[in-house]
Amino acid sequence: MAEEPKVGVYVCHCGVNIASVVNVKAVVEHASTLPNVVVAKDYPFMCSDPGQNMIIEDIKTKGLNRVVVASCSPRMHEPTFRKALERAGLNPYLLEMANIREHCSWVHEKQPQEATEKAKDLVEAAVAKARMLKPIETVRMPAVKRALVIGGGVAGIRAALDIANSGFEVYLVEKRPSIGGNMARLDKTFPTLDCSQCILTPMMVEAAQHPNIKLLTYSEVQSIDGSVGNFTVKILKKPRYVNEDLCTGCGICEQKCPYTVPSEFNLGLGKRKVIYFEFPQAVPLKPVLDRDNCVYFKKGTCRACEKFCPAKAIDYTQQPKEITINVGAIILATGYGLYDVKTKMPEYRYGLSKNVITGLELERLTSATGPTKGAILRPGDKKEPKNVAIILCVGSRDEKHLDYCCRFGCVAGIKHAYYIVSHIPDAKVTICYTDIRAFGKGYEDFYARIRALDNVQFIRGRPMEIFEDSNGSLYFDVFDQNTNRLIRLNPDLVVLETGVVPDPSFEQIATVLKCSRGPDGFALELHPKLRPTETSVDGVFIAGVVQGPKDIPDTVAQAGAAAASAIALLARGEVESVPNVASVNQDLCSGCGVCEPICPYTAIVLEARNGGRVAKVEATKCKGCGACAAACPSGAMTQLGFEDKQLIPQIEVLARGR
Amino acid sequence: MAKPKVAIVLGSTCAGCDYSLLDLGPTLLDVLANVEIVYWPTGADFKLSDLESVPDGSVDLTLYEGAITNSDNEELAKLVRRKSKAVVAYGSCACFGGIPGLANVSTADDIMKTAYVETWSTDNKAGMLPQPLSKADGKHLELPVTYDTIRALDQVIPVDYYMPGCPPPLSYIEQALVAALSGKLPPRGHVFASERSLCDECKRTKEKKNLTAIKRFHEIIPDSQRCLLEQGILCMGPATRGGCKAPCVDNNIPCRGCMGPTPEALDQGAKMLSALASIIALDQETGVSEDRLIPLIQQVKDPLGTFYRFGLPKSMFRRVIPRR
Repeated sequence: MAEEPKVGVYVCHCGVNIASVVNVKAVVEHASTLPNVVVAKDYPFMCSDPGQNMIIEDIKTKGLNRVVVASCSPRMHEPTFRKALERAGLNPYLLEMANIREHCSWVHEKQPQEATEKAKDLVEAAVAKARMLKPIETVRMPAVKRALVIGGGVAGIRAALDIANSGFEVYLVEKRPSIGGNMARLDKTFPTLDCSQCILTPMMVEAAQHPNIKLLTYSEVQSIDGSVGNFTVKILKKPRYVNEDLCTGCGICEQKCPYTVPSEFNLGLGKRKVIYFEFPQAVPLKPVLDRDNCVYFKKGTCRACEKFCPAKAIDYTQQPKEITINVGAIILATGYGLYDVKTKMPEYRYGLSKNVITGLELERLTSATGPTKGAILRPGDKKEPKNVAIILCVGSRDEKHLDYCCRFGCVAGIKHAYYIVSHIPDAKVTICYTDIRAFGKGYEDFYARIRALDNVQFIRGRPMEIFEDSNGSLYFDVFDQNTNRLIRLNPDLVVLETGVVPDPSFEQIATVLKCSRGPDGFALELHPKLRPTETSVDGVFIAGVVQGPKDIPDTVAQAGAAAASAIALLARGEVESVPNVASVNQDLCSGCGVCEPICPYTAIVLEARNGGRVAKVEATKCKGCGACAAACPSGAMTQLGFEDKQLIPQIEVLARGR
Repeated sequence: MAKPKVAIVLGSTCAGCDYSLLDLGPTLLDVLANVEIVYWPTGADFKLSDLESVPDGSVDLTLYEGAITNSDNEELAKLVRRKSKAVVAYGSCACFGGIPGLANVSTADDIMKTAYVETWSTDNKAGMLPQPLSKADGKHLELPVTYDTIRALDQVIPVDYYMPGCPPPLSYIEQALVAALSGKLPPRGHVFASERSLCDECKRTKEKKNLTAIKRFHEIIPDSQRCLLEQGILCMGPATRGGCKAPCVDNNIPCRGCMGPTPEALDQGAKMLSALASIIALDQETGVSEDRLIPLIQQVKDPLGTFYRFGLPKSMFRRVIPRR
């Protein structure tokens, strides 16, 4: 480096936070003796305007080209002081901070002398590093002003609408034939008992008709490349065998189709035709031909739908279509699936006995669009159940299964008790619970209301194994912790409020995106409290249960927040690379390939050069984690701002004996 | 113009570097015809007094081979420094301490005990050890003092050039001699080797570095086309300077690291360890449990001898601190 370092050292009192323990004057005195230090000063609050102006003034008048601020954690004020350097016309990365508050005064409150010595060392180490700092230039790239929302449940719809309403284009991709997600399956929503579809369908229709929303249903994300501001996404649109432009949604094809199979939307409880609408309010209202079960595709006969379609919209020759789109931001809203109680918890006889059902199945049985047209009839014999047991926390809050709470099972179970007693007034319901977690707004009132009913009984206890006797009756024992008594129940219908897991499609998407997942498989947010809608991948946001179980209000709120984060990015219109990116000296790189597979952000590619290959870092993808720089066996890879040549002098100061 | 004066001197060395000079073949005859050898005890009958008698600073090029393990090596190194215009640390021992440098895991006393008393084949019941000074019949015999800590040449005298390798690759020997003969030596501090790691010269195909097991060399028959490290064999290639043209790996033998660290690496062994730690069980997204990790690490049978075979004295550790 041509220029001789001229370092300014600024020691902050932080009111009494630092100065009451560390002898600030002694630290300044020590700093002024260090090589290349031109000026050393202290000030009560370095982060204040006068404090910052002191630095700016010295840079201008004394020609400082390196600045060391000894104050709090860089997480607090590094951006503040970087901006101060920038205002003085200096590259903001010629700043080094010594943390003498969190790392010193706060933890050594009772040893002021030793703390002062440590503060001197920390400052000296920072100066040693500062001398070796180099300016860093960040890269700015234009961002594509368009977003992609993956998942067309209530979270995805809300997020897409918010983005669209702010004037940006958005793609909404849903793998099922209709948007609506799990909320479309619900009969009513707690605690207000609004009809779920009545409040959801207007949003679905709005999304479909919005000029800024491009709806891609029956479509799956194949691959995602690129990085924040410029993702290239390949989407596979599966063939409906119906020309969507010609189809009017009249439904004659569905009426005329002679074959039926179990309905996925009704969770297998009812039948649907082979050419079918997912549900009557499906959006878009276009049928899908289920190729695997279609007699025409199997044997070449039938063609009933084609014959009767007045719009001539049936097209047996349709092929899967790959669509490539470019977006600047992505919102993941892939939602949830239910815990596999059939194989994981055989003791509850789900799948063995027809009269053991899940809460979601009860929703379908209660819904007017469901298999029983809204009559609650037990699947075993289509009779009204008179004695219903509802079991909460099935798989949830259980160290053998899912250790987390599903956050809506309790109040859903209470709502399900209401379904039963309002449809079948002479029925008796028993709810077996662990604790009742009715934490949401209005949930406690709702719980109190249902608990007060004479024919709803609450038992605090987890049931033991469910048995079925020779004539098909169910019975089980439960130990009631409130009365210390073992109770035997003989329900004719058992409803399991099952645990919640991420939708299976999320795993693949997370892998493609290299987006971190928690131990339970849900998306890991960047900060659980302060950055709940962001992921480890820049430009990828999360909404709804993909991040963790939540009820509808929380899902919708988070969807709005995720949309706001995406809108902020799109509105800015450009993205800036992080400063501390990895940088490879291609003259020294031998292409051994150690760095490439360990990069969590696929920012490293090996490119051909001079007959061999060398590593190359894509600065916009790099997040500056430093994994490659640590792994590089030849030293060709460095992390800007954390180069060995900068860190070793710093360590040498701290590691020397006294 | 007078012929350039050349000295070839030996510290603690196996003299393999000398033999490598013979590999020059007929070129060596041309070299010998064009230089004046002032001192080369392995090549001809030279005495130390021959070297002592030449004027200070009169030797144009000195090749110093071997590590500094005793007082004799140190005195010789200081002598040639005085006599020479340019000193080359010739071979891995002179450059980094080399194989003798592995003695830094022990002390001089312990090494003497092992060598003269404890080995099975030694019959020395009295436990006699070599003494620095022995007297008999009114005469006395002086032996060099063996040091506790073995050093590389530049830890004793300033060195002008480095030519690593065990032994150094022929092409660089030729290059250096030609440069010396023509008086066009490179700037001081130059290392006669590649700037890149060995992988640059290795012809094996590299796919994905994901180590699930570490194999000792005798445990598998390696695929001759594929990167040895990817097959679980600890090949030091990625952390080692190239320039040798990879003869070992071409013959299915993993690189042992004799060419030393790459230009930007502070510590060859640490770099290799760090790389290895990064690529072990890479397929495990959530990390590897201790139960699995410990047996995996234990598959590295001789970490010091693997990662620091040639460079312990010049590493950040330099030596093992002896137990008191």
